[in-house]
Amino acid sequence: MSLLSVNDLTRNFGGLTAVSRANLHVDEGELVGLIGPNGAGKTTLFNVLTGVYPPSSGTIELNVDGTTTSIGGKRPNAICRAGVGRTFQNIRLFKDLTVLDNVRIAMQQNIPYSLLAAFTHAGTFGGKEQQIRDESEQLLAVMGLADKADELSRNLSYGDQRHLEIARALAVRPKLLLLDEPAAGMNPNETRDLTDLISQLRRDFGLTVVLIEHDMSLVMRICERIYVLDHGSIISEGTPEHVRNDPLVIEAYLGEEAPNA
Amino acid sequence: MTEFLQQAINALSLGSIYALIALGYTMVYGIIKLINFAHGEIYMIGAFVGYWTMSVFHLGVFEAILAAMIVCTVLGVLIERVAYRPLRRSTRLASLITAIGMSLLLQYTMMYFVGADPRAYPALPDYMNASFSLGGVVVKSQQLVIIGISVLLMILLQFVVKTTKMGKAMRAVSQDPEAAQLMGISVDRTISFTFAIGSALAGAAGVLVGIYYNSINPLMGIMPGLKAFVAAVFGGIGIIPGALIGAFVIGGAETAVSALGYSLFRDGVVFAILIAILIVKPTGLLGKNVREKV
Repeated sequence: MSLLSVNDLTRNFGGLTAVSRANLHVDEGELVGLIGPNGAGKTTLFNVLTGVYPPSSGTIELNVDGTTTSIGGKRPNAICRAGVGRTFQNIRLFKDLTVLDNVRIAMQQNIPYSLLAAFTHAGTFGGKEQQIRDESEQLLAVMGLADKADELSRNLSYGDQRHLEIARALAVRPKLLLLDEPAAGMNPNETRDLTDLISQLRRDFGLTVVLIEHDMSLVMRICERIYVLDHGSIISEGTPEHVRNDPLVIEAYLGEEAPNA
Repeated sequence: MTEFLQQAINALSLGSIYALIALGYTMVYGIIKLINFAHGEIYMIGAFVGYWTMSVFHLGVFEAILAAMIVCTVLGVLIERVAYRPLRRSTRLASLITAIGMSLLLQYTMMYFVGADPRAYPALPDYMNASFSLGGVVVKSQQLVIIGISVLLMILLQFVVKTTKMGKAMRAVSQDPEAAQLMGISVDRTISFTFAIGSALAGAAGVLVGIYYNSINPLMGIMPGLKAFVAAVFGGIGIIPGALIGAFVIGGAETAVSALGYSLFRDGVVFAILIAILIVKPTGLLGKNVREKV
């Protein structure tokens, strides 16, 4: 059974159908790309998957460790705890908090303690806070941000902010990581480094990744399977090789071939 | 000099009471951008709960403060639940008007049940009425209790906001509720928690004012509520240290005006400060200019 199964998912905004009867599945451990022209509905699909918008119709199921939960229409925080982490197309860090706090806030959801313990300092509180801190610092080290832990996240460079977003998404310990244009605004060198980093993270954390990306060099290099979205519908699915040669995809990106060309 | 120190003590007592109320205003504003005009009424109800704890149940001052804090916590969470939560996605003006309505509802519901006449606070135990002289400055022990309890509560608040999970969640929600929710934080719970803490502080302030002025009535929340609001605006609304600074400035100004013999202008000067700060630095002392994103 797939980790993520999306069946006949539709999302309307008034008269506009942003996602239309989308079917997709992602197996555990896969790295899947989601591409499509601007306005195809890719980010809307992510938003429905993470609960920002409820689906208009259709189901979303998440199968973690043999138990299946229907996450369609649940609240974002519940879906997050069910095991879905994400980053944003336009960076949405907590800008006035430090780099470390950004990660701690996401991390602390996994390490519970009661408010009473915080007040009385009984046993668990100090240890739990220390654990949250240690694990957050480890995560920052992995993302190459260890030396910037105490800076305000608004003061980070653009590339570092992108890395911090990924660190924060990893801190919720997701099974499924959704990356919304992780390489947007990066130069070719940075994109290459990011490509390697994503592969490495996926190995080290045992992640399943779905990423939206416009940078085809990144998509073609690391994605095992690709879904192509156009006008809200999935028009093609398969290996990078297959998708690259699919006439429907070429048409969606470049327009129809002139009959006598 | 003695006179100055004497007035400084008075200013500190008054300022710390305003600070307790102002913190609630500023935290709620920081997290949902709502000026909770019913906050002054929570403080009023805190004063009455303290009154009943002492006069009906014959318990001490500290039990009264604790009881007021507990009742006000429940009340604050309840008000948010029934009055503000259903409006969270509507315009800010709708919630603001609801807040004013809630404030009037609480004032006149209380008046219906307890009457409009001011009541004297129950007699305090001897150790609260003692006063002693420090080099000519007369300090009443109740002033020390007021300052001590306020400072203790502020330290506790600082601890909660800076180091606990809930505090971190509060700061995250105040910056970007949607992103916070996508990181697994329950926005509803965080907002309830904010109302709970703010209301608990207001409840404590109510009892302290009862002790200090020795008189309570159902409309007592209006003026201190407004002044605490001015304090929060003065320091930069939404900023916790700003509310503290504002509260002590307002307390100081009020005390100074009374000490100079113009006690009739005591309230006026507070609002003059509000007008001045809105002209000179509308974002408040510690506030930053935030441009609205289009």
